[in-house]
Amino acid sequence: MGGTGAEKPTLIRWEERDGEKVAIRIDGRLPEQLRPIRIEVGVLGNADGSALVEYGATRVLAAVYGPREAVPRHVALPDRAIIRCRYHMAPFSTEERKTPAPTRREVELSKVIREALESVVLTEMYPRTSIDVYMEVLQSDGGTRTAAITAASLALADAGIAMRDLVAGVAVGKVDGVLVLDINEVEDNYAEADMPVAMAPSLDKVLLLQLNGVLTHDEFIKAFDLARRGILEIYKLQKEALRKKYVEAETSTTG
Amino acid sequence: MAKIHVSPRSIVVPGDLIAEGDDVEAESLFIEKRGKKFYATITGLVSVEQTDDKYKINIIPLEGAYIPRPGDIVIGLVEDIGLTHWEIDISSPYKGILTVQEALDKPFNPVTDSLKRYLDVGDYVVAKVIAFDRARDPLLTIKGKGLGRITEGSIVEIKPSRVPRLIGKKGSMVNMLIKETGCEILVGQNGRILIKCPNKDIEEVLILSIKKIEAEAHTTGLTERVREFIRKERERRGV
Repeated sequence: MGGTGAEKPTLIRWEERDGEKVAIRIDGRLPEQLRPIRIEVGVLGNADGSALVEYGATRVLAAVYGPREAVPRHVALPDRAIIRCRYHMAPFSTEERKTPAPTRREVELSKVIREALESVVLTEMYPRTSIDVYMEVLQSDGGTRTAAITAASLALADAGIAMRDLVAGVAVGKVDGVLVLDINEVEDNYAEADMPVAMAPSLDKVLLLQLNGVLTHDEFIKAFDLARRGILEIYKLQKEALRKKYVEAETSTTG
Repeated sequence: MAKIHVSPRSIVVPGDLIAEGDDVEAESLFIEKRGKKFYATITGLVSVEQTDDKYKINIIPLEGAYIPRPGDIVIGLVEDIGLTHWEIDISSPYKGILTVQEALDKPFNPVTDSLKRYLDVGDYVVAKVIAFDRARDPLLTIKGKGLGRITEGSIVEIKPSRVPRLIGKKGSMVNMLIKETGCEILVGQNGRILIKCPNKDIEEVLILSIKKIEAEAHTTGLTERVREFIRKERERRGV
């Protein structure tokens, strides 16, 4: 996206720490370090459920409506709910204005996120209805699809929709030969590989796995392990954020 | 031997392990059993009840839509009129169907008579769910004591998931509200509440207390706090 024509920045700096050579990334992180994550649940009044998720400068808002009567009615299924997803990037989310019309990429991401969510939501509990999930990327700095899926699963839980587990996602990349967790936009632009992963941690199931670029077999195993550790960390923050909504309400009334 | 992983009345979120063991029994639809382990599938409050040789676990959902069950009393809004039935909004993903047979005591001839004469669009009704098998829309009836068109009072809407809290254990909360305000209260399972109050001022206090219960449904000692709230408000307003 951005960097075409521009000179490639130094993405990995090697530093001596405690007698060991450590890779330091362009934003000062260690390879296995996540960006600062902020999660807030129940941020929209009109939606049945909502969540705002930030991975560093990446910011995604998710809203859920439903279960509600499916319109048009012929799309409804007799034995379960349908899930409809819209992943969308706001025109102001990128450095250069993005046209608001859905691109091929957005249509694809909406589909893969929908499929990931379909495998955790207990759709058979709500036959003949639809559950609509809207994800809006407000600011993009790499890893928007994984932030979107994290936000979407929280919004579903906030709406009181039954699901087997929450979903958390994170992207792993290979930058200058080093595997790095939660890659940002600059790293992504020059990366040799980029692998978004989403999992249901308590089910221990992978719900989304894409790979752009090339990884060797060993690298893939390492990268996946890295993603998994990142996801478990995010999963903890997700649960905390969901509980916090109610704890806060409690302290504000009793205090 | 059962192992309980949560403290009673704590908040669980989807994917949380609640308990494991053979002597555990799940009472809620929102608990999923995988092998010997019981997981929560919804955000809610857990309760653990211990009987002689069993642990009964339950979740009271904190959010979620109203799913009709036969026997529920609901307050509906007439949305559309068909030839021999009314379509009724019961603030649920499924719309209620009220047929003539379940509304009138006499035979009805659609050629000479119109359903509009009995219930029009925009009317509120107190109805009972008689059947709902999920494959078709829930069937309602307004034949019975206390059922039928609403002619007076006000309707307050809250989230359906807060209804159990508004009623309280064995009706403790709603009985307290009736005693403290002197209003008549009818709670529909779908989150609509019909109130009939002696005057406007007391009605306002009651609405505020209902909204307070909705907002603080997950907290403990709520009944006493609301009682306090009503007394203070009445004093302040001089009613």
